[in-house]
Amino acid sequence: MELRKNYFADMRKDDLHEIGQPRPRSDSPGHVTGKTAFFADRNFPGMLHLKMVRSPHHHARIRSIDTSEAEKHPGVVKVLTARDVPHNVYTILILIQIGPEDETVLADGKVRWKGEAVVAVLAETERAAQEAAAKVKVDYEVLPAVFDMEEALKPGAPLVNEYHGQNYYLYDSGECRKVRFGDVEAGFAGADCVLEQSYQSSPIEHAPTETTGCVVAPEGNDRFTCYTNTQAMFFTLDNASIILQMPGNKLHFVGGTVGGGFGGKVDVIVEPIAILGAKLTGRPVSFIYSREEEMQISSPRAAEKVVIKDGVMKDGRIVARKVTGYTDAGAYSRHSPYGAQKGAGHYPGPYTIPNVWIDTYCVYTNRTPSSAMRGFGVTIGDFALEVQMDKLARLIGMDPLEFRFINAYRDGDMKAHRQPTEGAALIECMQEASRAANWPVAEKYMAMSSYAKGA
Amino acid sequence: MALALQTFATVKDANVALKAQGTCYFGGGTLVVRAANEGDISVSGLIRSTDPALSAIEVTGGKVRIGASVTMAAIARHPDLGTLARAARAVGGPAIRNMATVGGNLFAPAPYGDFAVALLALGATVSTDDGETPIETFLANRDGSRAIVTSVGFTVPKAGDFRFLKVSRVKPKGISVLSIAAMLEQAGDGTVSSARIALGCMADRPIRAKAAEKALLGRRLDQDGIAPALAAAGEGTSPITDPIASAWYRAEVLPVHLRRLLLS
Amino acid sequence: MAKVPVQFTLNGSEKAEFIDSGTTLLNALRDKIGDTSPKGGCHQGTCGACSVIIDGELRLSCLTLAETCNGAAITTTSGLSEGGVLHPVQRAFLDTFATQCGFCTPGTIMAAKVLLDHTPNPSRDEVVEALSGNICRCTGYESIIQAVLLAARANSQNAA
Repeated sequence: MELRKNYFADMRKDDLHEIGQPRPRSDSPGHVTGKTAFFADRNFPGMLHLKMVRSPHHHARIRSIDTSEAEKHPGVVKVLTARDVPHNVYTILILIQIGPEDETVLADGKVRWKGEAVVAVLAETERAAQEAAAKVKVDYEVLPAVFDMEEALKPGAPLVNEYHGQNYYLYDSGECRKVRFGDVEAGFAGADCVLEQSYQSSPIEHAPTETTGCVVAPEGNDRFTCYTNTQAMFFTLDNASIILQMPGNKLHFVGGTVGGGFGGKVDVIVEPIAILGAKLTGRPVSFIYSREEEMQISSPRAAEKVVIKDGVMKDGRIVARKVTGYTDAGAYSRHSPYGAQKGAGHYPGPYTIPNVWIDTYCVYTNRTPSSAMRGFGVTIGDFALEVQMDKLARLIGMDPLEFRFINAYRDGDMKAHRQPTEGAALIECMQEASRAANWPVAEKYMAMSSYAKGA
Repeated sequence: MALALQTFATVKDANVALKAQGTCYFGGGTLVVRAANEGDISVSGLIRSTDPALSAIEVTGGKVRIGASVTMAAIARHPDLGTLARAARAVGGPAIRNMATVGGNLFAPAPYGDFAVALLALGATVSTDDGETPIETFLANRDGSRAIVTSVGFTVPKAGDFRFLKVSRVKPKGISVLSIAAMLEQAGDGTVSSARIALGCMADRPIRAKAAEKALLGRRLDQDGIAPALAAAGEGTSPITDPIASAWYRAEVLPVHLRRLLLS
Repeated sequence: MAKVPVQFTLNGSEKAEFIDSGTTLLNALRDKIGDTSPKGGCHQGTCGACSVIIDGELRLSCLTLAETCNGAAITTTSGLSEGGVLHPVQRAFLDTFATQCGFCTPGTIMAAKVLLDHTPNPSRDEVVEALSGNICRCTGYESIIQAVLLAARANSQNAA
């Protein structure tokens, strides 16, 4: 590794002793000796295994649930349905006042995606839980489903989630998050060229090697220790407290060791139901996703569609940018209203454009609920924006890197959402990239600076 | 019912035990234990036999007989089976190859079962206590097969006559997009005198590409010579769709990979 | 449930247990014997996190039934270091930053060890092949490949 100290040399004290030096990781000795304790490495005598009965339909009304045969199955200790959950309808972002509560811990009256949790079976062995789960009878009335965001937004589309009342998240700004800056139509009218393109992506599964799960042990005194691989410890504790209607001081969460997360372990899915199982049985409970559940049930990155329309001058300046972004939340919100909002903040890209119009929608469909993953709301948008930048450069016959230098934001530039740019380093990154990739640009670009204007 | 394993010294006794409901033969475990782990509760009794004949490889006078319990790793390192090493190494990673057996591979649903594709091209026979069956017939009827496979037999191919290719998206290896095995004999003038081509992932189990085989007869293995075979490669196939590839994709790339194999 | 006896050596020490017939070696090691170094990542034979060495061969403990291991010698990553001294492969994983989340690490170390036991000076291709059954979602593999090559060099220097 090489540290280029010539960049921004006058902006810092040159006393870096740690950065740029290899330092041993504190967790590695545990990893290489097999001593690191992951949540599933906790084993308790008498531990029960939880298996979930899941919806085989994308969208259906539940007429009835019959658990009587499952309850009689040898080895079964408890069977849980929606009415066992103290506060069954929840949404994780309620902690930061983003509602409405729109998701059920266990399905109540309706399922909205294939794989939705309906009944939880707790048994002495995994096998007994699986066998009993197969004996749970759920009578479904299949409903029409919608899987495409644009179809979902059309009038007359099947309503995915009654807690919203329409197939999009209603922000305080209306049906979408909006950014308005300058006059985008005037910008297009005055542009030498206009290019509109649409980009779309499919859901992406994080596929961590360690599947989602938790082990819960009753401590006595109505207190429960939950060993979990959540990436969102306090979020999970607080939401579990709401769902279980238990004060937080009754819940002791132990985590910190995550066998791969990548954003896929931030949803509060396994802990509340496992704690409830431990509470109602008085026994330790293990709820661990199978590999198939991890791939099919856990939240993926959202599918997205991005429509970008740009007005560009032949000298390389982008004069107008209009972006419409769609985030497929699947059947429930989880983190997606936030992801779509992040997109609105991000979409002009790291470029200074005088006229910007952005709309981003969080759309509900009967697909697996999506959630966080490495820069969600941004990563797919960046892919779209940078492909669009290459296309624009080609359109006006300009080198794609020089085209980006012309439009790069610099300190003091006003961003579309009216936050002045501070601490920009894009110019310097591109200068270094130009050298490293042996992709030369004109000398005037190599002389530019992010914070010394006029250069 | 909990899972339980029963072990028998002879295949005969194990076959009797397999008549009970809910039983399944346990070879290397890579199919049946996997299914049980994933929640398949249809099997409660695993039956195995420790008969040493099941683990033997016999090579006599150009004929080979491989016991059904022989692992992919054992085939890959056997000095007389060098022509098959590539196909044996195509299965799984090193740990899987130490466990997965020849017998089990005959039952592996697509996209698995790459070695069975090789056996199909070799024109192998499959033995049980009831006798020998041509592999093509065996594969077609495998869903109802209850008798324990004891061995597979075939003539060891001459170097150069047997070709094998597995296509996967992950390097050095992953699950098959498709696999192709070909047994090709050429006359003195270089024209193909006999051809047997087997395809993996182009149906739910290995199948022959009979139209392509026919189109190769009397032709040379060059661009022009193989063109009719490539055009006919997809005839009679019904490729699987799975997370690795769609049926459409598999059908599109089959001629590309068949060309590479035939010209290699 | 039918209990069956199993007896084998684990990292050199004798183990004898009564287990439920049909129990995987992975579950027997983790739940009965208390060696949690093999991990269950997929229970399908795909990820390699449960890899152990049985009689010198790399195996997947999630697909191996414990009762088929009677009399076997089993090695897991928890038994590699001796007297607090790390095995060269473990040392190399530290030195090349070949661990991130650490979940795949014990299984990957088993695959690396069995390679070096049979092939003390492997080529890069041989290392890649030997690790091809072990999935790592964090590192991108390069640091792991470097670790195995480094361990091989360390071994050959010690031997010289």
